[in-house]
Amino acid sequence: MGKMLLPIVAGAALGLTASVASAATLDEVKERGELVCGVSQGLPGFSNPDAQGAWSGIDVDVCRAIAAAIFGDDSKVSYTPLSAKERFTALQSGEVDLLSRNTTWTMSRDSELGLNFAGVNYYDGQGFMVRKDLGVNSATQLSGAAVCTNTGTTTELNVADYFRAQRMEYEVVAFEKADEVVAAYDAGRCDVYTTDASGLYAQRLKLANPGDHMVLPEIISKEPLGPAVRQGDDQWLDIVKWTLNALINAEEMGITSANVEEMKGSGDPAIARLLGVEGSFGEAIGLDNDWAAKAIAAVGNYSEMFERNVGPNTDLGIQRGLNALWRDGGILYAPPVR
Amino acid sequence: MADTSMTDLSYVRTEMVPDAPAPRRDTGFVGWLRQNLFSSWANTLLTLLGAWVIWVVVPPLIQFSLIDAVWTGENREACTTIAQGGVLPDGWFGACWPYVGDYFAQFVYGRYPFDARWRVDIVFVLFAIGLVPMLIPSAPFKRENILYMSVIFPVAALLLLTGGHFDYGPFITGQGFWIDYLILTVIVCAIVYAWGRATGTTSLGPVRVTGLSMVAIAVLLFILGIDFGLSHVETDVWGGLLVTLVIAVTGIAASLPLGILLALGRRSNMPIVRAVCVAFIEFWRGVPLITVLFMSSVMLPLFLPEGVTFDKLLRALIGVALFSAAYMAEVVRGGLQAISKGQYEGADAVGLTYWQKTRLIVLPQALTLVIPGIVNTFIGLFKDTTLVLIIGLFDFLGQMQSSFTDPTWASPVQATTAYFFAAVVYWVFCFAMSRYSIFTERRLSTGHKH
Repeated sequence: MGKMLLPIVAGAALGLTASVASAATLDEVKERGELVCGVSQGLPGFSNPDAQGAWSGIDVDVCRAIAAAIFGDDSKVSYTPLSAKERFTALQSGEVDLLSRNTTWTMSRDSELGLNFAGVNYYDGQGFMVRKDLGVNSATQLSGAAVCTNTGTTTELNVADYFRAQRMEYEVVAFEKADEVVAAYDAGRCDVYTTDASGLYAQRLKLANPGDHMVLPEIISKEPLGPAVRQGDDQWLDIVKWTLNALINAEEMGITSANVEEMKGSGDPAIARLLGVEGSFGEAIGLDNDWAAKAIAAVGNYSEMFERNVGPNTDLGIQRGLNALWRDGGILYAPPVR
Repeated sequence: MADTSMTDLSYVRTEMVPDAPAPRRDTGFVGWLRQNLFSSWANTLLTLLGAWVIWVVVPPLIQFSLIDAVWTGENREACTTIAQGGVLPDGWFGACWPYVGDYFAQFVYGRYPFDARWRVDIVFVLFAIGLVPMLIPSAPFKRENILYMSVIFPVAALLLLTGGHFDYGPFITGQGFWIDYLILTVIVCAIVYAWGRATGTTSLGPVRVTGLSMVAIAVLLFILGIDFGLSHVETDVWGGLLVTLVIAVTGIAASLPLGILLALGRRSNMPIVRAVCVAFIEFWRGVPLITVLFMSSVMLPLFLPEGVTFDKLLRALIGVALFSAAYMAEVVRGGLQAISKGQYEGADAVGLTYWQKTRLIVLPQALTLVIPGIVNTFIGLFKDTTLVLIIGLFDFLGQMQSSFTDPTWASPVQATTAYFFAAVVYWVFCFAMSRYSIFTERRLSTGHKH
């Protein structure tokens, strides 16, 4: 018996933990005093820790905005890095309150996995990068190409689908780590490098001569990335959904982190409703009425979020493209607050 | 008479010829070269080949790591060429040390919270305080030192690193538990005593050992439950060198005693003990470490009740310790078999018990013989810790690889620099272990040395 105790003690000592999933996520978060946000293990521009371990990125900003909407303080977030495999289990088991981890919104995930997607914070799609001296300017000319990609991801399947649909031959050169893929492509072991378009921009920074390479215009898959929550807690889903919508609406109305206080007195009824001057929209989702103002003050509107993390002035240098507002030629469109 | 008549002969020299100096080509530097490097045409060829390999490998490494390296900078601009968006001339290829400097703290502590990192530093210092005198043979207080390293340091390290104040949940609550525990202790001691009586042992030794172990467990439980006011740090934010050292040190500390016991068990005359030990050793040796880690992280949770999870780091620790114990057992068995039969019989003849014989006669000789094998296993274990990356623990190398995603330092030389740095760090640790083992071998060699 004495010996039987040891493993139990050791288990207790290093954290024998039981996870409990509960319905009222907002109450749990408030009680805990912080939001637990599932993020990636490192994807530049989306969720990435810097040398000091501070997280930044467009997915991280969604977490910060929600923490600000709840607590009025965007630092009350604890980030849990999750691998692609463990992310859904972590959300289902209640280990994280929110999954903001460059996760593609698909039907099976929405239905079978018991998730609810709260919206889209980045429209991505799989693209191709080639060497300029290849003389190719469209993906339809890639017949017979050697394609570098990561193993075991949907990118590999998308390539297979695309080349089969186009009736083209190709050869896969696959590696496990993104670094190996880039190194192989840079060394000339393949003609084409394919991954999500946002990833192509990030990996371009590691090429010996980035100027010799170009991203082809074709996007071969739809990858709407957005935050997801557990099914069964509509209030929590509403909080995440409307915080994201508030950031997009703020851009449309010209509200920024700098002018949010002065916009409260603008007199425009739509702005007054969004910022909580009129109506009680915040209370309807269990928050204060100025929830959106607090979120905008913390992370800015969608445009600020985009420019800060992935925009043309960052190392990634991604254009707005699809992620521009609907009136600017993109498809970003948030329902009104009223 | 005969010898004196010899010296009288005029054609016989009366004194020895003075030693002529050795031929020029056999002495000094030239002689050393001729003897060691160019003694035959085959050796000359090998020497030239070796020199060529050094010439091919070493200058580019120095060129990369020192001469062409960048030492200061704020971001990727400092470590990229103009074409890549930086400031260096095209074609430049060198190490990017400011990136390593920027990330150094993360390589050491992982994502361990900033305001609690002093606790990790204290653990490192406590470890050094215990390790250094233990490794110096002439340092005093060996017994206290070993007690410190095997009892005080592990508990202190556990408390400091995790924060202590463990919540045992419903398992231990209030007075009731301690009363139950007292009753359990009495029962266990009584069973041990009864078993001793039944087998005809009159000594109270086993009972005392059992009682003390139960008390030790109780004290440990109590100490770990105390709130020292340290914030709780989950093991999933541990990382970097900290995780590498935790796994390596625990593995080394656990595998040697376990391995010795397994080796003794395998050579035991008791059939069940022998069978169990053989099965254990062969099972763990037959499975790759990566499979063990996968099993511990993927299969084990399936056997546990719903909602109960074992800490991931703890699972890796147990897996690594058992795995290396199996290897250690075979190394020790080699030493046991090298001891001549006379030693065993001599010990039996003077009336030593099995444990006295093992402790006083057999093990000191056997372990001395297999020091190279033991250290070999330690070094292998140290390097195998890098495999924990696949179960989502970020050791030194894993932490390094995770930093590759940072666009602030993204450049073609980023990964090369990091891997170069990792190689140097791992080499320093392994080389230190290797040199210490040679030192110990020399110190302990008594007549076996050729």
